[in-house]
Amino acid sequence: MLRKILPCIAVAFALPAIALDGEIIVHDPSTVIADAGRYYTYGTGNGLPILSSEDGWTWRRSGSLMSAVPGGKAGAEVLARGGNNTWAPDIIHVGDKFFVYYSAPGTQPKSAIGLLIGRTLDPQSADYQWEDGGPVVWSDGVEDSNAIDPGVLLGPDGRMWLSYGSYFGYIRLVELDPSTGKRRYPERPPVNIAINSEASILIHRDGWYYLLVTHGSCCQGANSTYNIRMGRSRKVTGPYLDNMGVDMIEGGGKLFAGSRGRHVGPGHFGLLDLGQGVEKFSLHYEADLDRGGVSVLDIRPLLWRDGWPVAGDNVVAGTYTIESARTGTVLELAVQGSPVGGFRQRRGGPPGSGIAGSGSPPGGSPPEPQVGPPVADQEPAQVAANWPATSDVRLAPAMLQAQQKWLIAPVAGAGGYPGAPYYRITIAGTERALTATSGAELSARPFSATPEQLWRIDQLTDGTYRISPKAVPGTDAVFALSAAGSSMPTLAKFDPASDRQRWLLGAP
Amino acid sequence: MKTAFALVMLALVASIDGARAQDAPRPPAATLTQPKGATQPVDARGFIHRWLVLEPVPVAGRLTEPAVQEALKLGALPGTGDALPKNGDTVTVNGDSYNWHALDTTHYNVNLYHFAWALSKPTSNVLFWVETAVDAPREMTGVRLAIGSNAASRWWLNGEPVIALNDDRQSVIDDGVSRRLTLRAGRNVIRAAVINGGGATDFCARFLDEADKPIEGLSVSLLAR
Repeated sequence: MLRKILPCIAVAFALPAIALDGEIIVHDPSTVIADAGRYYTYGTGNGLPILSSEDGWTWRRSGSLMSAVPGGKAGAEVLARGGNNTWAPDIIHVGDKFFVYYSAPGTQPKSAIGLLIGRTLDPQSADYQWEDGGPVVWSDGVEDSNAIDPGVLLGPDGRMWLSYGSYFGYIRLVELDPSTGKRRYPERPPVNIAINSEASILIHRDGWYYLLVTHGSCCQGANSTYNIRMGRSRKVTGPYLDNMGVDMIEGGGKLFAGSRGRHVGPGHFGLLDLGQGVEKFSLHYEADLDRGGVSVLDIRPLLWRDGWPVAGDNVVAGTYTIESARTGTVLELAVQGSPVGGFRQRRGGPPGSGIAGSGSPPGGSPPEPQVGPPVADQEPAQVAANWPATSDVRLAPAMLQAQQKWLIAPVAGAGGYPGAPYYRITIAGTERALTATSGAELSARPFSATPEQLWRIDQLTDGTYRISPKAVPGTDAVFALSAAGSSMPTLAKFDPASDRQRWLLGAP
Repeated sequence: MKTAFALVMLALVASIDGARAQDAPRPPAATLTQPKGATQPVDARGFIHRWLVLEPVPVAGRLTEPAVQEALKLGALPGTGDALPKNGDTVTVNGDSYNWHALDTTHYNVNLYHFAWALSKPTSNVLFWVETAVDAPREMTGVRLAIGSNAASRWWLNGEPVIALNDDRQSVIDDGVSRRLTLRAGRNVIRAAVINGGGATDFCARFLDEADKPIEGLSVSLLAR
């Protein structure tokens, strides 16, 4: 399927990237979480199905959570408070424990959220087992609440919170005990923080708590109106106001992600913080039009702008300039460029200036300025024949010339990383591929899909990109494309505080 | 007719005055001085202040890659070993004689326009050869030579080409940066050619470490070895 999709998207630069690869059908996925070098998510379905991935790009179905719970199903008290469905879990790692919160609805809005406690996510581990932690919160079917769709946050102050709810009334918040995963103050009533939504979850950044929820309807394929909305508050208990000051408890919510391209109905946000300024989010689409309209998992870059999270897109195959955020110069093959449209003789000063070739002298009637015909884009075929066999790359002012146009395209079967596959980066129209060389330098060599020619491209929270080779000969260290000066690209260890390793991808 | 004659005479007198002014000694470059002392450390930002500069060699002044290569052929310097020339040495380039000048710059950069203008030499369509020798207290790996030049330039370290910049450009600190290099313990010779089309012309140079921080603790000596 992937190979079939790529030619289509290669020319559709404005579209979001393809979703993940492998077995990615899921609904209401938990936050994607890593354990012992492997990624996991859990979704709605019989026993809470597991999806796992070695690299965060290619996913496999891996059984169900409940199969590792004694008795193979929710505990008796959970079943009594809610019902025997298993939906929409969320997961968090605190200390040496993993806490899974899952929805156990009966006849809604009678429902409960149950707790499972484990020490490892690896089903192959001898320690793999999930312990029933009982119900954490529930709704009795009468109150203005439907206790499903848990979302869990461990705040910067070490306090842990659970938000939950779905359409029958309020989104609610309770505090949890990080040592047990259970309610810290079970006697206190929950705090209502939003309404008319579901799939709530909190995140924190720079003194703000952000409440992300999903509005609209689910479960109708391409007819689903799911979209992710948000508000923020200085206090975890709210009020959560959107960008127009509307309280989410009165229906407010700034749009975070809506339907785009070939994906309908995004929902169930989950933060995946990879560190070093790389943040991503997991979600599902109600319908992936490239996969017959089924519900699928995706992982996308998370950006921040003006104090709000912004949904980024993984890189789509296409032709780009690669511009250094440090220097403003662009990556190019080190060849003598030719002006777009060919060399043109300068024709003197402005009309009437008296400079030779500038038209009539002062006092005469100046000629009407004339525009010329459009100048065609410069394609490699026009100029590449004159290029020497150099493999050097460098940085230079952007001139829209062929040696500055890079085709960035996924490499089928080469694996990937959370959200995206490895890419090749070649001068458009040629096989000269950006290659990491020994000594952590760069060259442009014929593409052969070696690890030195496979590139990981992560969009950073400011919208720029970190571009890293899968491997550098002679070292196990991780490097990123770096601007050593205005004219010199190299590889260096990533410094999230510097513009040296930040790059902008633009349309040439 | 009388008016026309007067204008011609006036122009002639102005031309003669201009020629006298051209011939008259000019004040020395304000930013360049005679070196004092045998060695000089690089400054706190790592910039090298002491250089040997050859009087400008006329070239075409075009700055594309092929044009720079042509200028380097035309203005080729005899002898490219580790030996530095001495202040006042004369070399013949493309059939003409040029003198080497040992200079300290008071700025981070060497203003070649000041240098040539003070000597009543052309500043446009010229190639400047510059050389210096940097003493490293020990072998240093992972080092980069980092330069800025107005305009195109070529740089060699211990005889190896390390930086090539083409096109009309301003002198920007760390514009051209080499790959990772090794500075050998003791003397390291830097040689460069700066080619100018027109207008201002200058350059600056320093060494950076693996973290792009300027390398201090280097010293410069123009003494022959």
